Amino acid sequence: MSEIKKEQTTTHKIGIYLWIWGLLFVLSFFSYMVDWYQFQGLLRWSLILLFMFLKAGLIMAFFMHLFWERYALVNVLLWPMTAIACFVGLMVAEGKYTLFSRLFYFFVGGS
Amino acid sequence: MSSDPKIKGYEFKPGYSGMAADTASDQTMFKGVHWGKAMMWIFLLSDTFIFSCFLISYMKGRGSTPVEWPNPSEVFALNAFGVPVPLLLIAIMTFVLITSSGTMALAVKYGYERNRKMCGWLILATAIGGLTFVGMQAFEWSKLIHEGVRPWENPFGAKQFGSFFFMITGFHGTHVSIGVIFLFIYAYKTFAGHYDKEKRGWFTSMKGNYVEIEILGLYWHFVDLVWVFIFAFFYLW
Repeated sequence: MSEIKKEQTTTHKIGIYLWIWGLLFVLSFFSYMVDWYQFQGLLRWSLILLFMFLKAGLIMAFFMHLFWERYALVNVLLWPMTAIACFVGLMVAEGKYTLFSRLFYFFVGGS
Repeated sequence: MSSDPKIKGYEFKPGYSGMAADTASDQTMFKGVHWGKAMMWIFLLSDTFIFSCFLISYMKGRGSTPVEWPNPSEVFALNAFGVPVPLLLIAIMTFVLITSSGTMALAVKYGYERNRKMCGWLILATAIGGLTFVGMQAFEWSKLIHEGVRPWENPFGAKQFGSFFFMITGFHGTHVSIGVIFLFIYAYKTFAGHYDKEKRGWFTSMKGNYVEIEILGLYWHFVDLVWVFIFAFFYLW
């Protein structure tokens, strides 16, 4: 490690951080406005998800430096997220089935 | 450019060729990456799975109950000048946490530029932001508990609401609290010049280095990241 410490590490201009910071504020404000104006239904859900993913992406890419990181690290981190996406899909189906069977047995009754 | 230092006899290649070179290299996968930074990323990945499990169980619980779910914009409304403002406290908490994330990002930058004072003040500002957040969360918890929200019942609707609320925000609040403690410790270490003098740490024989600020920053940004998802799914949905 002795030769490492003397090397100068690269940093980024302050402007990029301030820009991302500002964007995060604006996006948070927009997502609050979704609730403020009481958007409902598909519009509400799609706006919430859009602002959420934009904010998460900005934080990960620039504040956590993933945009500049080596691909080996980026891929190690991002591919496991597909497992979470699968899990979400499974549980959406499972939740619908649970709701269906609850309502079914509440109203029809078991034998 | 990545902040990892360059190592002798090894040329880092960007993109997929760099990934192939990294994964095919003997002994060390992420060549030149500080071990603490790699391990923090691995930890954050596992933490992502824990928080995902909480949020997915919340999704499943909320989706499978025939009872009406409490309306979060009414439950979390706060009276300002006699008018109930929906999610007022939650919005302020969100902005506080984003602010502290921004100061942390700048602290990492100034740390690598060996600007000790600026780095220390920014870490201190981050810690104070985190402390404010925890304080407001404690206020929110006591308000809801006072209104009769319990893990097993609440006056607003589906009984599951309370258990998911306390579990998810509590686990996140614990992360913030631990982060605040470490932020104060690292602020002290920065001001005391431990990273300039390469003073060894308490638990390791590792020499002090400003990369530790980046590692702490990764954790702090992750806490902010989780809040983005909790805010979207628990408070807005």
